[in-house]
Amino acid sequence: MGATAELYLAVSAGAVLGSVARALVAIVAVASLGDAFPVGTLFVNVVGSFVIGYFAALTGPGGRIMASTRLRQFVMTGFCGGFTTFSTFSLETLMFVRSGDVHLAAAYVSVSIVTWLLAVWLGATLAMRFNRM
Amino acid sequence: MLGAVTDLIWVALGSALGGPSRYFLSGLIDRRLATTFPWGTIVVNISGATMMGALAAAAAVKGLLPLPAAWEFAAVGFMGSYTTVSSFSLQTLMLARDGDFTRAGANVGISLIACLSAIAVGFAAATSVLP
Repeated sequence: MGATAELYLAVSAGAVLGSVARALVAIVAVASLGDAFPVGTLFVNVVGSFVIGYFAALTGPGGRIMASTRLRQFVMTGFCGGFTTFSTFSLETLMFVRSGDVHLAAAYVSVSIVTWLLAVWLGATLAMRFNRM
Repeated sequence: MLGAVTDLIWVALGSALGGPSRYFLSGLIDRRLATTFPWGTIVVNISGATMMGALAAAAAVKGLLPLPAAWEFAAVGFMGSYTTVSSFSLQTLMLARDGDFTRAGANVGISLIACLSAIAVGFAAATSVLP
């Protein structure tokens, strides 16, 4: 199998794992916390941002772990990409607006962007600290 | 229980296609433009939001997706995996790390405004066009 085909297969396999995990999180979140606020989506997007930040710094230049391109694509492009979702986030925001909950929509967008970026920063920072140990 | 397992299988099938589609399109765009600004991810997320809006209108307003499997496959699986928050976050961090706060801020602003506009447009377009 060609190297390019192997990368696509790695991305696909990671995306399947990430997406099924995201669907499971959604089921658990709705069952335990209800569907008034999209906690499940917020959770996967925050955790996925943390993981990609951590893994990128851990396996990137100066990182502690040597990882193949295939493994990096599997984890970062595949798993993290499949676990997180911008389209569901957008749809949930639109649904808040359509039902007249403009304040909830604004709160959801604000909380999301701040926690996503904090999570990726925290992941990268912790991995760089580990790299220097 | 069996229903949940069947749903997850449809999610898996959709995501098996959505992830590689994102990898293909974002890679193509980034290679063509040869810039460090993440246009590839932006285009993927905007197109995904547009299609998600259309899908939601087809399902909720028009009742055109009567089977839960169709929604699980197309929306949760394909669109969920096609679009990404993690790459967006990482690329924003990289721009900020390079001291390029203007472009980091632009990535956040463009992504949020364009994706939220795109999903509203996709929803409205499908609502008016679909039978």
